[in-house]
Amino acid sequence: MERKIRVIVAKPGLDGHDRGAKVIARALRDAGMEVIYTGLRQTPEQIVQAALQEDADVVAMSILSGAHNHLFPRVVELLKEKGAEDILVFGGGVIPEEDIPFLKSKGIAEVFGPGTPTSATVEFIKAHVKRG
Amino acid sequence: MSDKESLENALRDWNAKVEKPLAQYPERKSAFVTGSDAPIRRLYTPVDTQGDYMEKVGLPGEFPYTRGVQQTMYRGRFWTMRQYAGFGNAEESNARYKYLLAQGQTGLSIAFDLPTQIGYDSDHPLAAGEVGKVGVAIDSLADMEVLFDGIPLDKVSTSMTINAPAAVLLAMYIAVAEKQGVAADKLEGTIQNDILKEYVARGTYIFPPSPSMRLITDIFAYCSKQVPNWNTISISGYHIREAGATAIQEVAFTLADGIAYVEAAVKAGLDVDEFAPRLSFFFNAHNDLFEEVAKFRAARRVWAHIMKERFGAKNPKSMMLRFHTQTGGSTLTAQQPENNVVRVTIQALAAVLGGTQSLHTNSRDEALALPTEDSVRIALRSQQILAYESGVAETPDPLAGSYYVESLTDSIEAGALAYLKRIDDLGGAVKAIEQGFVQQEIQDSAYAWQMTVEKNERVVVGLNKFQVKEGAPKGLLRVDPIVGEKQCAKLAATKAKRDGAAVAAALEALKKAAAGSDNLMPPILAAVRTYATLGEICDVLRGVFGEYRPSVMF
Amino acid sequence: MTDSLARRCLAGDPRAVARLISLLEDGDRDAYGVLAALKERAGMAQIIGITGPPGAGKSTLTDKMIAEFRARGLTVGVIAVDPSSPFSGGAILGDRLRMQGHATDPGVFIRSLASRGRLGGLSKATAFATRALEAAGYDIVIVETVGVGQSEIDIVKVADTVVLIAVPGLGDDIQAIKAGIMEIGDVFVVNKADRDGADRVVREIRAMLETQAMLQKGRAVAAGPDTLAARNAEILHHGLADMRAETPQPDGERVDLPPVIKTVAETGEGVPELCAEILSRFAADKASGALDERRHKAIVAQLKDLVGWQVAEYFAERERDGRVEALARAVQHRTLDIYSAARELFSALVKGEEP
Repeated sequence: MERKIRVIVAKPGLDGHDRGAKVIARALRDAGMEVIYTGLRQTPEQIVQAALQEDADVVAMSILSGAHNHLFPRVVELLKEKGAEDILVFGGGVIPEEDIPFLKSKGIAEVFGPGTPTSATVEFIKAHVKRG
Repeated sequence: MSDKESLENALRDWNAKVEKPLAQYPERKSAFVTGSDAPIRRLYTPVDTQGDYMEKVGLPGEFPYTRGVQQTMYRGRFWTMRQYAGFGNAEESNARYKYLLAQGQTGLSIAFDLPTQIGYDSDHPLAAGEVGKVGVAIDSLADMEVLFDGIPLDKVSTSMTINAPAAVLLAMYIAVAEKQGVAADKLEGTIQNDILKEYVARGTYIFPPSPSMRLITDIFAYCSKQVPNWNTISISGYHIREAGATAIQEVAFTLADGIAYVEAAVKAGLDVDEFAPRLSFFFNAHNDLFEEVAKFRAARRVWAHIMKERFGAKNPKSMMLRFHTQTGGSTLTAQQPENNVVRVTIQALAAVLGGTQSLHTNSRDEALALPTEDSVRIALRSQQILAYESGVAETPDPLAGSYYVESLTDSIEAGALAYLKRIDDLGGAVKAIEQGFVQQEIQDSAYAWQMTVEKNERVVVGLNKFQVKEGAPKGLLRVDPIVGEKQCAKLAATKAKRDGAAVAAALEALKKAAAGSDNLMPPILAAVRTYATLGEICDVLRGVFGEYRPSVMF
Repeated sequence: MTDSLARRCLAGDPRAVARLISLLEDGDRDAYGVLAALKERAGMAQIIGITGPPGAGKSTLTDKMIAEFRARGLTVGVIAVDPSSPFSGGAILGDRLRMQGHATDPGVFIRSLASRGRLGGLSKATAFATRALEAAGYDIVIVETVGVGQSEIDIVKVADTVVLIAVPGLGDDIQAIKAGIMEIGDVFVVNKADRDGADRVVREIRAMLETQAMLQKGRAVAAGPDTLAARNAEILHHGLADMRAETPQPDGERVDLPPVIKTVAETGEGVPELCAEILSRFAADKASGALDERRHKAIVAQLKDLVGWQVAEYFAERERDGRVEALARAVQHRTLDIYSAARELFSALVKGEEP
């Protein structure tokens, strides 16, 4: 049986704008991936535990509140602590361009801004997922 | 031969004539559709506007209010230009409000940060990284006093975007007014207080539906006696549209929520004409100019009929759908952000042609960050240009009688009524939301829209056509990351200064009231006066009411 | 890899357990070797199956049950199954959303599985995943089914206790009680019991349970699964009240009917009672030997399935390598008869011939 790519789609922080997260979840499903949708108001700890228990290949996060510099790096840090640095982590939402270098230096593989087509996200995952 | 028949004959001939050259010079697209994906015919004529003019359209200020809720509309007074603002701490926001008032803005619109909107104090673990980010952080009456320092509350009207803890923030506003010596019956403004759309679209819910509905009807009852000029709810389609709904869905789901609130209030024993005049609405304005204008006109007509026929309202004010409009945040592009000024102008035009009572115009940089002062000024100036230079405000409902707009108004009305019927069949808006019906419909539209853009079936200028290579935008507003720490320190200081015993007693009284059926506004107001924090008050209510868990649908 | 993965699973390392479940789900042969190394822990946990129609509130109820079991000091593993998209083969697994409050509790492990649309494969993956969680030391393993189709019935082959959920107001009030489903329930739950019509659903379930018990005891004529189904349909048709009035009451001998418990999963109402019932039934079954008997039957059923799947898999492989095609042609050209062709394939399977 062909291995399915498993993706955690999570909204860290408190903002409730999940249109983007839900559209991405659907697009990844339609690209044949298994998406575990964890919903709103997720702490980095909850996201990381979900990623471990679900044996996820990818953690995709969306945030529109401006708390990305605080929350995204924390997820990568916790994954490292658990020996799960092979999990691909990326983010999207309203994120100023000037924050991207910082986020990448903290291990966020990519940051997708507003207007990114879902196909770009699908391609990115397929190209970068570490366990095939 | 009647006029209608001769027109129909002429149209047949015309269509036949048009078809021939089309074989050689085809139209741009095989099908033309509105933003809601409704088909647009090649031509609109009197054939497309059926029914009695007086019954369907009528005159401004008269039932069914298709042409507007006031007789002379903007000939008397322009709409209220109200820019939503607030960030960081109370001091910074206070300064921004004073700036906006000095720029000629006529009402305040308060944005709260997310911890405040979800009823957490700034020192709550979930608040980490969020304090002051999307609005101002308010933990207790102490912050509210700073927020309105030097702003006379009997002279401004204040709109607060607050929902689940609306009762608490309204209580704080009343308490600040008391300290300024302003009586509650002199206060003017709006609280959003619309929990149903939080469940489906915006996500800042706290409690499950039934205690949430009780809080809302308690506010209706309290304000009808104590704060009579306050708009007790702003039933919001804005976020429903932002979440991906079409124009028809925006009208349908918003009015379905409205029906649920009116039913809840009537069930709680309130007389419909006592609270309904204080209901207000909040809609979005997107780019499809004519569809949007038709949407506002249709919404007014449908609501007027609902209030009169379904709820037996007698007071004309109960039947008038008054609304605030904000231009569509989700239509803004991060690419070539200057173009957003044009989008916002078209959308603002739609709102004005649609007869809005107040308007917020988005700033060009909002797809990237919170707006800078420059961007906010341009957005406000766009409204002022419409008001003072464009001439569109000089006569009420200037698009009335356009065959196209009247036809669109009818079709939006029909689409909305069909949805309302389905929602009634499911047992009303609350049930439809609990079962995930509304969420599913919105998500389907959001996904369909995204796919049409990705397949280039819809052009978004700068995004999937006419792109340019761009550098990173400069000069975006950044919220000082130290805001969170400062706010926590301030909270600790407030807690240290207050009378702990009084706080405990007030919270205990609130708990008792919540477990019973008394109106919750008085005990909340009493707690607020003791400087009990928002988090403390909401925790008491969480203990009694429980917390809402969303259902997810795909 | 097999040894260390087994060791880490036995030590309860969540990442190892998660990986093992993935490998088992993917049908990885090495992973079966890991299962062999975990066999001593087999049967240590109580496996609870939760089934009921979509919208019955299974995930919310599971969430509240986790909390209740944790409060009693028990650790809990959860397998939540959601359907895969028949078009893309992908899936959105949303059950976890309701249980995310437990994500950071080390005594709780939640795993979502997609049905992946394969014949029988779902129950195989589910059964294996429960073994993995059991080996990792969880006291309770809850399996939440997808809520439609065969998975509802198959749950009985995995679970020690099957909880069947019904709700008022899902159209037909006894939708959960399709003929053939009733029999698998050990505990019945009427969820969303704060809604109108809950008591009626409780009464209807009780009535059907009574009828079923009587039929099984031979008090009614010609008891049997087919007649039971027919009678259920008749009951639905004629209305329960009338039927009950006609049904002879059991004389003297007490019939031990499965309990029907009302819950409101949103608030947690009724959940402590439900969990107490589940635990005490399990303890009683263990003491009386009924559990052994049930598990024995379940193992036989699982064995039958596993052998069947292996044959099916083998056949699929032979189709791919052209052997089946060749044999079929031979039969068609009358150089071979169909029974000999089947025997040839089967004996090759028995001899363990690889492609």
